[in-house]
Amino acid sequence: MTATPLIRDVGLSGMLVTFADRLSEPANRAALAFRAAVDHAGWDGVRETATSLASAFVRFDPLTLDHDALKDRLAEMLASRDWLAAPLPQGRVLWTIPVALGGDSGPQFEEAAEAAGLTPEKATEEIAAARTRVLTIGFAPGQAYLGELPAHWNIPRLRQLSPNVPQGALVAAIRQLIVFARTTPTGWRHIGQTAFHSFRPGTDTPFPLTPGDEIRFEPATPEAIARLAESDGMGATSEPIA
Amino acid sequence: MSRLTVISAGPGVTVQDMGRPGHLATGLSRGGAADPLALAEGAALLGQSPETAAIEMAGMGGVFTADRDLRIALTGAPMQATVDGERLHWNTSHHLKAGQHLAIGGAARGAYGFLHIGGGIATEPVLGSRAAHLAAGLGAGLTEGDTLPLGQDRAGETGLTLDVADRFSGGTVRVIPSMQTDQFAPGDLRRFEETAFSRDPRGNRMGVKMRFDGAPFAAQDQLVILSEIIVPGDIQATGDGAPFVLLSECQTTGGYPRIATVIPADLPRIAQAGPGAPVRFVFVSRAQALAAHRAHADHLAQLPRAPRPRIRNPHDIPDLLSYQLIGGVTAGDET
Repeated sequence: MTATPLIRDVGLSGMLVTFADRLSEPANRAALAFRAAVDHAGWDGVRETATSLASAFVRFDPLTLDHDALKDRLAEMLASRDWLAAPLPQGRVLWTIPVALGGDSGPQFEEAAEAAGLTPEKATEEIAAARTRVLTIGFAPGQAYLGELPAHWNIPRLRQLSPNVPQGALVAAIRQLIVFARTTPTGWRHIGQTAFHSFRPGTDTPFPLTPGDEIRFEPATPEAIARLAESDGMGATSEPIA
Repeated sequence: MSRLTVISAGPGVTVQDMGRPGHLATGLSRGGAADPLALAEGAALLGQSPETAAIEMAGMGGVFTADRDLRIALTGAPMQATVDGERLHWNTSHHLKAGQHLAIGGAARGAYGFLHIGGGIATEPVLGSRAAHLAAGLGAGLTEGDTLPLGQDRAGETGLTLDVADRFSGGTVRVIPSMQTDQFAPGDLRRFEETAFSRDPRGNRMGVKMRFDGAPFAAQDQLVILSEIIVPGDIQATGDGAPFVLLSECQTTGGYPRIATVIPADLPRIAQAGPGAPVRFVFVSRAQALAAHRAHADHLAQLPRAPRPRIRNPHDIPDLLSYQLIGGVTAGDET
């Protein structure tokens, strides 16, 4: 990739503004702030916006909004300030999600700890102490990519996929955590189980998590997770971040 | 409220409409009909909105009946359809009497057939759409014994037909460069255009893989590409080097490099390519793609005025002998 920031085409009706060629905290913040600015500008012909780890995406109607005109506007917006210094969005929420780590709840927990150079006890301590941020939502509905963990958690994805990692599973790779929105095959290591649903269709909050929210994992027993899963609750508690 | 009953159904029969645009930021792809053009064609035949929910049938149909008289239309991949043993024409609207069994068989060509009903399927929308999105866990495939509420039909003609673009046998598909096209070697991009692909039999609403003979397609620095937003039409060069074309129910982000993107006007040709259908890709300029997009939008806008009465074919007339075919020659039973 050439120098960032960079504006690229995504098909006939998409444009992607990328702030870094690898994940970084400032690039993630920049993407969130830039998306919010595009939303705020309210340009005719913009159909929707989104963010990925280090990019903001704009979908537009190419019959209403000229491709080159949009590109010029995005370039102008890019030049208007230092996006890497942008603050985090307002109205963020801190979530506390109980998780059963290791054992049957997380069959690859010990392996993941070892890959991070930690004993299982120390790994549990670090997961419990981490206050990760929702970096992006994607792949599956409501599914959050959380990060970043300390550098020694930069453990690679597995080439051999685990076939059916369940909904609510906590998985780890490349300094990130995911609570799976859906049961899925994955190359991420399955380290724990939560009772959290990241996609709740038919409720007032179908997508409970928003980029910028923070997540704390609270170690719990498998029995406690089973009880939570049977209750009507969300499998998590939340409070606003002041 | 009247209902449609599913007496039997193939494995990929779902309720579909135009899907749920606008949820990319929350990880939910648009979904909706695999061939939106077929949805619009059926709506035109019944004189209703292209947003109306219909039944999509992947490869194989089913047997359906209703508790009231219906207007129906059949579009998309042509399938064998009969009512009480009488064959129904495809791309045509018909009258189905209460209690009659409509039997729809396998696709002769193409992948997705559509059954449209006057008034539409009136299930409860979720997030603004009635479409099943199996990858997201919204809705489910229809099975034996399911009943679906039907909307009020404002009534109208049947026996109308429509000429449709044949998009059911693969063919040449126009693409434009995507965000990582320039990370592929120029020789590989040429080879991409020269290769005779065929649609792998294992495709679904999320996407279809292309089979071919030759070296894998791979970008430089393929393993370090950050996951980015995916849109339907994107062609990923996946781990085994085979192009994989994303369709309406695709995931919203992906880390494989995209060699190109199929233009929206040609995406139904990919979705509707049956197993083994030949496919070739050709790069066009953004201006050409935009012109095709405009022509496609114009075509959709014209569709409501396109249906015309079907001229009766003598083979369709159940009791041929009761008709006077040629002046002076009759069945002979008139007084």
